[in-house]
Amino acid sequence: MIGATDKRGAWSARAVVLVPYLWLVIFFLIPFLIVLKISLSHTAIAQPPYEPVLDPAAGLEGLKAFFRALSFENYIFIASDWLYLSSYLKSLEIAAVSTLLLLVIGFPLAYGIARAPRRWQPALFLLVVLPFWTSFLIRIYAWINILQREGLLNQVLLALGIVETPPAWLSTDTAVYIGIVYSYLPFMVLPIYATLEKMDDTLIEAATDLGCPRWKAFWLVTLPLSLPGVVAGALLCFIPIVGEFVIPDLLGGSQTMMIGQTLWTEFFANKDWPVAAAVAVVLLCLLVVPIVIYQQMQARDLAGGR
Amino acid sequence: MRRASWFNVASVALGLAFLYLPIVILVIFSFNASRLVTVWGGWSTRWYVELFQDRAMLEAAWVTLRIAVVSATAATVLGTLAAIALVRLGRFRGRLLFSGMIYAPLVMPEVITGLSLLLLFVAVDVDRGFWTIILAHTTLTMCFVTVVVQSRLLSFDRSLEEAAMNLGCPPLKTFLTVTLPLIAPALVSGWVLAFTLSLDDLVIASFTTGPGATTLPIRIYSEVRLGVKPEINAICTIMIAIVATGIVAASLLSKFHELGRDREAHPVARA
Repeated sequence: MIGATDKRGAWSARAVVLVPYLWLVIFFLIPFLIVLKISLSHTAIAQPPYEPVLDPAAGLEGLKAFFRALSFENYIFIASDWLYLSSYLKSLEIAAVSTLLLLVIGFPLAYGIARAPRRWQPALFLLVVLPFWTSFLIRIYAWINILQREGLLNQVLLALGIVETPPAWLSTDTAVYIGIVYSYLPFMVLPIYATLEKMDDTLIEAATDLGCPRWKAFWLVTLPLSLPGVVAGALLCFIPIVGEFVIPDLLGGSQTMMIGQTLWTEFFANKDWPVAAAVAVVLLCLLVVPIVIYQQMQARDLAGGR
Repeated sequence: MRRASWFNVASVALGLAFLYLPIVILVIFSFNASRLVTVWGGWSTRWYVELFQDRAMLEAAWVTLRIAVVSATAATVLGTLAAIALVRLGRFRGRLLFSGMIYAPLVMPEVITGLSLLLLFVAVDVDRGFWTIILAHTTLTMCFVTVVVQSRLLSFDRSLEEAAMNLGCPPLKTFLTVTLPLIAPALVSGWVLAFTLSLDDLVIASFTTGPGATTLPIRIYSEVRLGVKPEINAICTIMIAIVATGIVAASLLSKFHELGRDREAHPVARA
């Protein structure tokens, strides 16, 4: 395959790239361009429910008319309505706080596994990954069972005498945080564990031999070395959480919706496709920086693995 | 030296308890005789019996399974090609865009992917349903397959391929007889990952589905929105059992495989 002079080899190499490349261009890139276009259209009572529709038969005049009809009205509408702004802010807030919570819970877990006896590590690792393989929906559903007013959590709290009247857990932000932390925990633990596991134990030994207290060795050696894993885990959680739909929809309240829910309602309930598309474009703009950072890290990992 | 400090033990134990307690509770309550999901009425399998009489639920399960098999297979082929392109072809024109399109779907919020695919299907005016979900799932899961296969391609010994080619084996045959068997475990885990992701997906399937193609997550979701029902506990338990058996079997198998290989090659090496 290295011999590029081999014509047949070069041709087959091109085919290897071309098939997945074209697939992704058609089913990933072009759809985004369509979203962008529709976000500049306006709603119509028609099939499809937006205007203008590009008509290739109309030729150049049709194309001109098409571009004239595009407008930014949906973006102006989103920017002027407090509903959407608060929705974006709420999503960012929930994503930021839950990423922090995930770090606080996930790091000790990853660290504990990485410090466990070698022969236990694969089993412990498997135990952390296993829930990820069971349905996401099931795991959220399991929490509805626990968090509802007559649910297990309140029964336990009442029995222990911690509370007198059962508090409402469902339809609160607390429930959303619990659901998110629960669902995303493996995504935080795995990258952190991967970096901690690769770490050379002798570095810590060297530090303690030179008189560094253990906590300080942790702070000065372990933590900086685990930073790539921490950043990867944080991005892997933060980005999808911002657009999360299922968890806030099933566990959260109806006071403030996260942006994923707003998009969903705009699309399925209000049938306002152009506004839904504009909401998606703005969401994507918010996430483009973390997505690019994540991509760079992945690419660098790939280069480092060579 | 590794000492298990009480802090480490506690954080692992608490973390695992947090991960497993809800699932265990769900499984236990699926055997609850009482219709009230919060009151324990003794052991019973009545919800399983009712579940197997629920035709709509079984139909949805069958649709989901077929979608998952087809899309996971397509995703494995496409994802493997993409991994080979990324690892083996070095710099080619459009590589940056290509790797961008591979990594972006991994973290892209599902509402965006779902909406954009739906708008594509509407723009080209295809009937939405079974096949559009397959196209959507293939697109999403092939990227996960790529990542899995890629790491395997990076870690294995290329001299084996070079040896084959030096001995006059043509590239395609080298690929089929040397490379493919070596990366086969990654293909299997990639397929399983794609299969599970497809089984699990609610959001993208909701956007890209049409009349007549209700998947299990869509069905469960619409039931759950109406409240907790014991039948749902039962179907969740069955799904958990299937996945757990699969994973444990797979890991035992690969451990067995690895043990054999390690013994041949280097006794202390770890995966």
